[in-house]
Amino acid sequence: MPTEELLLPETTVTASCGAECAIETYEEVYRKPATLVDVNMHYCPGCAHSLIHKLIMEVVEDMDIQEKTIGIAPVGCSVFAYDYMDIDMQEAAHGRAAAVATGVKRLMPDKYVFTYQGDGDLAAIGIGETIHAVNRGENILIVFVNNAVYGMTSGQMAPTTLNGMKTTTSPNGRSAELTGLPIKVAELMAQLGGAYFVTRQTISSPNAVRRTKKALLQAFQYQTLKKGTCFIEILSNCPSNWKMTPIESMKFIDEEMAKTFPLGDIKVPVTINTKTEGGIQ
Amino acid sequence: MEAKLMKGNEALAEAAIQAGCDAYFGYPITPQSEVLEYLAVEMPKHNRIVMQAESEVASINMVYGAAGAGFRAMTSSSSPGISLMAEGISYLAGAELPCLLVNVNRAGPGLGTIQPGQGDYFQATKGGGHGDYRMIVLAPASVQEMADHVFLGFDLADKYCNPVMILSDGAIGQMMEKVVFQPYIHNKVDKPWATVGKPASRNRNFITSLHIRPEDMEVQNQKLLDKYNLMRKQEVRYEEFQTEDAEYLFVAYGLSSRICQKAVDLAREKGIKVGLFRPISLFPFPYQRLEVLASQVKLMLSVELNTGQMVEDVQLAVKGKVPVEFYGRLGGMIPTPEEVLLHLEKLMQ
Ligand SMILES: Cc1ncc(C[n+]2csc(CCOP(=O)(O)OP(=O)(O)O)c2C)c(N)n1
Ligand code: SF4
Ligand SMILES: [Mg+2]
Repeated sequence: MPTEELLLPETTVTASCGAECAIETYEEVYRKPATLVDVNMHYCPGCAHSLIHKLIMEVVEDMDIQEKTIGIAPVGCSVFAYDYMDIDMQEAAHGRAAAVATGVKRLMPDKYVFTYQGDGDLAAIGIGETIHAVNRGENILIVFVNNAVYGMTSGQMAPTTLNGMKTTTSPNGRSAELTGLPIKVAELMAQLGGAYFVTRQTISSPNAVRRTKKALLQAFQYQTLKKGTCFIEILSNCPSNWKMTPIESMKFIDEEMAKTFPLGDIKVPVTINTKTEGGIQ
Repeated sequence: MEAKLMKGNEALAEAAIQAGCDAYFGYPITPQSEVLEYLAVEMPKHNRIVMQAESEVASINMVYGAAGAGFRAMTSSSSPGISLMAEGISYLAGAELPCLLVNVNRAGPGLGTIQPGQGDYFQATKGGGHGDYRMIVLAPASVQEMADHVFLGFDLADKYCNPVMILSDGAIGQMMEKVVFQPYIHNKVDKPWATVGKPASRNRNFITSLHIRPEDMEVQNQKLLDKYNLMRKQEVRYEEFQTEDAEYLFVAYGLSSRICQKAVDLAREKGIKVGLFRPISLFPFPYQRLEVLASQVKLMLSVELNTGQMVEDVQLAVKGKVPVEFYGRLGGMIPTPEEVLLHLEKLMQ
């Protein structure tokens, strides 16, 4: 996160009563990236969509690529991403972001193109488009926000819902017999020839957030190499539909979700021997 | 201009190149695979994008991405594939993205047959996808028009920021005829809304069909309606053949209009005063001109390769002033001109 000293132009101001008051200089330790629109977000309290938006926009700011970045957000809670990310964006039909991104990137190969997709969107209705885009090695970044439910439509079962997890459409807990086991999407993508960098991260702790940001930064940088698709799965939360407090939901990610979906890099570029901090856990 | 002998589908594909189409996305399906095959060879020569997508769902969404970035993009398919694209077409219309779509209609429903049909008239002109949208629909009746409508279609798409569909059929797509490519000047329109990356000098652009507040959605719907009404005013296209003194009128588009044209000749030889009215734009439909003709003729016969779809628009047009009858062959069967005339003669008695 950028830190710089906030130097005010004057060290004294004149108060309305006429008195001269001294102002202290503060060291800036935190601010929102300028690439994030300064408005209230519609996300539920404690929902990590807002945090993940911010991380992506920080990377765009740090790399100074606002002018060259196009985001695609399909249907899901984050369909309004274009209200928050101060970049050119396209809203896509449910599940179709990878195809839309293909259309954008093929015509503008030197731009940075990313999709931002939920697990219902990417792993259910859009798994076909996703597999084919990754298999073709489209030079895009796919940010896959896995919160194990359909958030937007109020908590139905997703392909990534944990075995035994209760949702509104698996009221007795997801049953492997009836609906299969959760899809390990990142591992699936890593099998495809066009995948260049595949990792699974989370946002459940400050350290995890830093690792996620690092992975995002790497993925954006890799895009200039034109070597294939970068796929970042982020284990995220949905406190509203999980019926948990935000803190409980973060614990749930660490203690439950990460068992089914192990964190760490799954496919890293062979030529560049870098791993995101934390490695395979 | 030198005339070339070409298949309808190939003439259409060649026209796409000459029209400055930046990107084509498609998926094989008979009877239109020649479009993808032709462009797979030719587009790379012009440094353009051609891609075989994994499905029609993907093709139409690739078109969405490319069109949203401000490029000339198109796709083509045949009936079952167009059904798969329906959602995407609705999104394109909702987001007001210009693009060209081609349906080389085969007979259905379901998997149907690969022979020509006109069963997708309703789908093309009355919706097809969800929500309240329209698109200009052009119906070529010759290989020449397969090419001409590509130029026209791209220009109209840009003019209205809306998808335009060419509704052809398996026969027009597959037949070989002479075609002349007139020199075309691509007057590039400004697309300040395109998502090409946001410079500091402007606000961000976003392509969307989402207006969650009903107040906003209604405003957008009204804006779309105004646009559709403008199309209705400005883009009606049709052709008439021997209508000046006609007492009877065939109404037909695409392949059936070709058959009816022959039937008119046969009728005239027999001394029966028959004419042909051929809608070229199926949306907007030429209601007004047909209404005028209604006060001149004794009967109109809508000839279609379906169970009777355009006939409803003809009926709407004439407002009961004249009897409107229907004749159709189904399942990919094509009527002969004699057969069509015989049907008219029966109705005349
Ligand atoms: C074709 C279609 N089917 C269903 C829907 C309804 N729908 C909207 S969002 C959504 C699921 C979103 O879940 P996810 O992608 O996991 O995103 P989240 O809200 O959890 O972030 C569904 C089913 C739709 N918009 N379009
Ligand atoms: S429903 Fe869930 S995913 Fe959607 S905003 Fe609320 S907490 Fe976030
Ligand atoms: Mg989800």
